[in-house]
Amino acid sequence: MTSIRTAETRVAETSLPEQAAEEQGWRRSHLLDLDDFSADELDLVMRTTDAMKEVLSREVPRVPALRGTTVVTLFYENSTRTRASFELAGKVLGADAINVSASGSSVSKGESLVDTVKTLRAIGAGVLVMRHNRSGAPYLAARHADCSVINAGDGLHAHPTQALLDLYTMRSQLGDVRGKKVVIVGDIAHSRVARSNLWSLAAMGAEVTLCAPPTLIPAGLRAGEGELPRVRIETDLDRAIEGADVVMALRMQLERMQGGFVPGMREYSRLYQVNGERLARAQKNALVMHPGPMNEGVEISHEVAHGLQSRVEEQVTNGVAVRMAVLWLVTRTARSRNASGGKAAS
Amino acid sequence: MSQRILISNGRVIDPAGGSDGIADVLIEGGRIAEVGRSIVADGAMEIDASGLVVAPGFVDAHTHLRDPGYEYKEDIASGTRAAARGGFTTVCAMPNTDPAMDNRSVIEYVLREAQARAYVRVLPIGAVTKRREGKELAELGDLAQAGCVAFSDDGAPVWDATVMRRALEYASAFGLPIIDHCEDASLAKDGVMHEGWVSTRLGLRGQPAAAEEAAVARDVALAEATGGHIHIAHVSTRGAIEVIRAAKRRGARVTAEVTPHHLTLTDEVVAFGAGGGEALIYDTDAKVNPPLRSAGDVDACVDALAEGAIDCIATDHAPHAVIEKLCEFDDAAFGISGLETAFGLCMRLVDDGRVELPALIERMTIAPVRALGLDRHVPQIGTLAVGAPGDVVVLDPEREWTVEPERFASKGKNTPLRGVSLRGRVVATVAGGRMVHRMEEAAVSGR
Repeated sequence: MTSIRTAETRVAETSLPEQAAEEQGWRRSHLLDLDDFSADELDLVMRTTDAMKEVLSREVPRVPALRGTTVVTLFYENSTRTRASFELAGKVLGADAINVSASGSSVSKGESLVDTVKTLRAIGAGVLVMRHNRSGAPYLAARHADCSVINAGDGLHAHPTQALLDLYTMRSQLGDVRGKKVVIVGDIAHSRVARSNLWSLAAMGAEVTLCAPPTLIPAGLRAGEGELPRVRIETDLDRAIEGADVVMALRMQLERMQGGFVPGMREYSRLYQVNGERLARAQKNALVMHPGPMNEGVEISHEVAHGLQSRVEEQVTNGVAVRMAVLWLVTRTARSRNASGGKAAS
Repeated sequence: MSQRILISNGRVIDPAGGSDGIADVLIEGGRIAEVGRSIVADGAMEIDASGLVVAPGFVDAHTHLRDPGYEYKEDIASGTRAAARGGFTTVCAMPNTDPAMDNRSVIEYVLREAQARAYVRVLPIGAVTKRREGKELAELGDLAQAGCVAFSDDGAPVWDATVMRRALEYASAFGLPIIDHCEDASLAKDGVMHEGWVSTRLGLRGQPAAAEEAAVARDVALAEATGGHIHIAHVSTRGAIEVIRAAKRRGARVTAEVTPHHLTLTDEVVAFGAGGGEALIYDTDAKVNPPLRSAGDVDACVDALAEGAIDCIATDHAPHAVIEKLCEFDDAAFGISGLETAFGLCMRLVDDGRVELPALIERMTIAPVRALGLDRHVPQIGTLAVGAPGDVVVLDPEREWTVEPERFASKGKNTPLRGVSLRGRVVATVAGGRMVHRMEEAAVSGR
């Protein structure tokens, strides 16, 4: 009796929770951005992430859900946390993870992106996790690679898994984000994090305020032109932060000073730093978030970055679960397609 | 070389001569021999143009033939064959070759190659400055004598205002215009598309419309100060048009051209493709400089063309190799291969009721001739007057066809119109009295 029960327990402990395995309504084999996600789809990712959190909480956080699948991280830009996060997510799910960097590979010998992607596919990549300094590069890869592509950040354009983990972090604290006031402050113009967040937050009904000097607000947003999410623009952080439920600070890069977007770090941090005094104007328990890496003392003060309201570490932790969910979902689409196509489903 | 060709029963539209009616056109000895009813010409090659439109061959004021130096993109034979397919019987070749067309020997090479291999007439445009560096004037007098019809550093603006001033002054001695690619580089910076909501959506760096408008305003001021003739290449913004319109009212010697793509395609094509769609595609074939602009700018370009603030249509045919477009958007080359789709694309203006067909033909024939003064080099070019060059195009404004770049004569397959259906096709082209393009009989009789 005892041995049988142990065996059953072991089976249960090495598989995904039913809720993740049986989710319906996901049709994507790529994750390129959140611009065309419905609230239902975002909900589905959030529920799947819950299931992945449960896996991560186990004594041995390993499930064979993606055993036999090769996840290649193809990074044309340096990144510590995103790459590690994806790599770990793949390993927890039993996938083989291979890392390819732009430097030290054929990329630096002038091989084109399309050739690189085709080569990686030919050696067996099932999922390509791609970080690139050129906006739109993952779209090119997705068109030419016969495998799943996940955008891990492209140029100034999108960073969908960051926006998903931001949403997950907000919801785990606030419940529903509908009607909640989210303030994103900093270099909006050059932020792929802000762009992806705009779409997911808009789809979930949050009220978004963007706060930045006018030089760092991209064209079209102020007027709400074309197919852009509707947001409030506020150049005065003291006003923007009033009553906020979430305050998200963005990294301010030195090159923006050199590019003449702002006069200097000193003035920028005086006008746009999220500090204790300003945070006091937000809701009492407002969440403080940052996609990292932080320039403490520039866009965020040291005390706030590490204060009680900071959720920065939690964002990083949630990142692994979100990326597990995304890896699981995009490969599931490919698996079910193969199965319905009459090919052997392994 | 030249043939005896009779084009019968077509609707003959000759904007220069102000005629529009059913007639026959006889081409003989490389020239227009006769235009009239019931011409009898025994032994002539005959084209039955019943139900079709017959017009002077199109004149393109702005073509990149890439030869010498970039023959992998295009050469004089392939580029002029593409021109013939598109109904163009004259192309003005831009000098951004390698070596640049900044001295007599390169111009002589181009003319010699054209003589031997071209399907249509090639009129060279010389560089304004040596090596197109924008610093020292090229030998404009020698270039003029060698056969250049204008000067331009196109691809790049003449960024130094004093150099532009001197060029306008100096070129006026030869009665030739300076064609400027108007772009304030300090403002356009590293922009790869039009700055607007689409660039924000795509996360691509934008070129503000003001970068073009500021440069146009400078050029207009210099033309007025010097009395020189400035021709503004590929106008694309509402603001630039306002500057040109006001300058023309003051009597400044300013002429301007607009491309078929700036008359019909917006910046949304970069995001979603010319076929329209929901998904982002980052279409590198829609990457062009000046960039495709907003719907308001496109609208202003059409109005300006209709009313005359913009003089003529020019293709800015800019062929590139596949590999130069099959890459990340930021890294892709600027330019659209435009000769073979120009007429079909511009016919959208006619179908939308914005421009009448005779007016469209005018903007593609005699208008560019007048804008650049090309008839001083080739008398009666762009007309169907008796004795004019035997340059005639036969058009089917009704015929629908699907753009298949693989079938282009141009080496440049770079068009955002792949798979798009156009209405209006060039059935036959006669250049210098020689049949240089004719659609297969089966396709013609299929109507």
